[in-house]
Amino acid sequence: MGAAQQADTGTSGSGAQVSPRPQAGNQVGNPQAGNQPPIPAGESAGVLRNTGVGPEEAVQLLDEHGGTHHDATFSPYIDKLDPDVVRGFYRDMATVRRFDTEATALQRQGELAMWVPVIGQEAAQIGSGSAMKKADYAFPTYREHGVALTRGLDLADLLKLFRGITNGGWDPRETNFHLYTLVLAAQTLHAVGYAMGISRDLVADPTTEPAAVVAYFGDGASSEGDVHESMVFAASYDAPVVFFCQNNNWAISVPFEVQSKVPLVNRAAGYGIPGIRVDGNDVLAVYAVTQWALDHARNGHGPVFIEASTYRVGAHTTADDPTKYRMGAEEELWKTRDPLARLETYLRAENLADDAFFEQVKNDGDELAAHVRRVTLALGGADIRHKFATVYAETHPLVAEELAWFENYEASFADVDTENGQGGAA
Amino acid sequence: MSTMTMAKAINEGLRATLSKDPKSFLMGEDIGALGGVYRITEGLQKEFGAHRVMDTPLAESGIIGTALGMALRGHRPICEIQFDGFVFPAFNQITTQLAKIRTRSDGQLSAPVVIRIPYGGGIGSIEHHSESPEALFAHTAGLRIITPSNANDAYWMIQQAVECKDPVIVFEPKRRYWSKGEVDTENSPGDPFKAHVVREGTDATLVAYGPLVPVALAAANAAAEDGHSVEVIDLRSISPIDFDTVEASVNKTGRLVVAHEAPTFGGIGGEIASRISERCFYSLEAPAIRVGGFHMPYPIARVEEHYLPDIDRMLEALERAFAY
Repeated sequence: MGAAQQADTGTSGSGAQVSPRPQAGNQVGNPQAGNQPPIPAGESAGVLRNTGVGPEEAVQLLDEHGGTHHDATFSPYIDKLDPDVVRGFYRDMATVRRFDTEATALQRQGELAMWVPVIGQEAAQIGSGSAMKKADYAFPTYREHGVALTRGLDLADLLKLFRGITNGGWDPRETNFHLYTLVLAAQTLHAVGYAMGISRDLVADPTTEPAAVVAYFGDGASSEGDVHESMVFAASYDAPVVFFCQNNNWAISVPFEVQSKVPLVNRAAGYGIPGIRVDGNDVLAVYAVTQWALDHARNGHGPVFIEASTYRVGAHTTADDPTKYRMGAEEELWKTRDPLARLETYLRAENLADDAFFEQVKNDGDELAAHVRRVTLALGGADIRHKFATVYAETHPLVAEELAWFENYEASFADVDTENGQGGAA
Repeated sequence: MSTMTMAKAINEGLRATLSKDPKSFLMGEDIGALGGVYRITEGLQKEFGAHRVMDTPLAESGIIGTALGMALRGHRPICEIQFDGFVFPAFNQITTQLAKIRTRSDGQLSAPVVIRIPYGGGIGSIEHHSESPEALFAHTAGLRIITPSNANDAYWMIQQAVECKDPVIVFEPKRRYWSKGEVDTENSPGDPFKAHVVREGTDATLVAYGPLVPVALAAANAAAEDGHSVEVIDLRSISPIDFDTVEASVNKTGRLVVAHEAPTFGGIGGEIASRISERCFYSLEAPAIRVGGFHMPYPIARVEEHYLPDIDRMLEALERAFAY
């Protein structure tokens, strides 16, 4: 299987051709490349893991030892990067990891109803999110905390949903980062529709700023019919959308093999759209591949499917217990592929960052965590009147009638309180 | 004023919308060159182009989900679901996504998508082509549901649905598509969410909507021959329901019969009966009575005459009400 499923010339920033290539083909500069320790072919929840979904056969520019590899198509996207940007990738990944730890602690302390950890997937999110321009639009699932950071959200806003203060928590129009969607895969269709809307805007007004949409979903969601329909629509209408699948290997307790017998990127060819498999723990490769895909989409060449091979190190949510369904050996293997560790190794080896930098990142992370905690604990209660007010845009007599009833009902308690108070005084 | 079929009236209503709102467009299966399986969109693609009248892949969830996305971008999609029984692949997108986007975003976002669904029986078709699922959608807050019973309403309601800032489902009574009526293209009948008293009476109120309004009028005429004066209300809007108009009528007549094609259990008729019982308890001379379909999947065409409320079933219900 080649990393790129369909040749496409002249659309990438480098002008390079994305062509099929042999397994671990042009990975150079690291003697261990292409000789990855295999994913244990053991049994996991009774399922033989016979279709390894590690970074093998995926675009990789930075391996787990911090070594770099050249790729004719994708390397140009990172060769020109300012060291500040690469340091920024590290900073963002470390920030979201620290944030995640704090959010998990808040859940354990009863301050959040639930939390959805992202640890392990920082590179896939920071890399893809950083590749987006301001006018691009992201449709997340419910785990894209890293992407949220790259879109400029205050991460504390993400916790409002999980604290039960609101179903949203931020204004998507300010950040072009849509609300989290808990119904799996539903947002992939919204993303395609939004992208079709961009195309319509360009037709109506050619001065419209070209933009693309990124639809995030996971390997579990890839089994949902909406993903299929979204790809059919995207392909049919050449919608400027990038499907970004974070294959983290587990759909709660169900391993990847139950979702698909082949790598998900293979499906792209069936829709007639380019598919790229990328090492999702390599922030540089994810950044480069996503930039290529966004350029492809923005330039009017239609959708691209990216499968980012990664791993959910923690639980699906704080209600989950991974020790019941997966093996420690697998988790240990993926720890060796940690996205932060490899970038740190690289930054140090290239003298791009020193102890002071990493110390500063750590301190800044602690400060952010304190901010998030402070903001979360200060969040007031919610008022159901606001829910009455947002069911419909226009007046609806049933909502008005029920709100009036509710206000009377509430007021009746105030009367009782007053009477009791007067009674006490007399 | 001109006379046209309901099908033509909807076609003209869509034409008017496409002409005046450049952001509006139609999407659905077979609506382009074919003009839709019921020819409601006939000629529109030729007139406005494939960009404004879009044939989509055969995927109902895809139609509604992408329409929602396009609406978020400021466009005004008018979706056609080919048949009532085929809306269910899109049920998830309609109920968990479209209906809730406004409240989920604390009022920041809206997706005023219009969904046209031909519904109801009486055309002798096969399974999944004759259903009345309106109560399933009416139960979902965030949606508005209207249903025309005549050509004039059909012409105006589709345009009003597109102008509404909320998602609107227009259930079109397909067995009335070929019924002719007067259409006043100059003067709108007003608020689409208000019921109309279409026949005045003093002894009982008969509420119906969509395909059963002409049946209810015929039943009222038959009742008049027996000396009963029956007021007929065309509900027009299923969500919200104009209870005020029904209440005023029942306070006058003292009796209520509600008729629809959908099964009576858990249906719109039960909702109206319950609310009106609360509001008009001291005016009622008899319990509110429902006339509707049976608790069974829509039956095979050769027996649908026994399933669909007709004049006799409405008269039987009125007789029961008058017996108190």
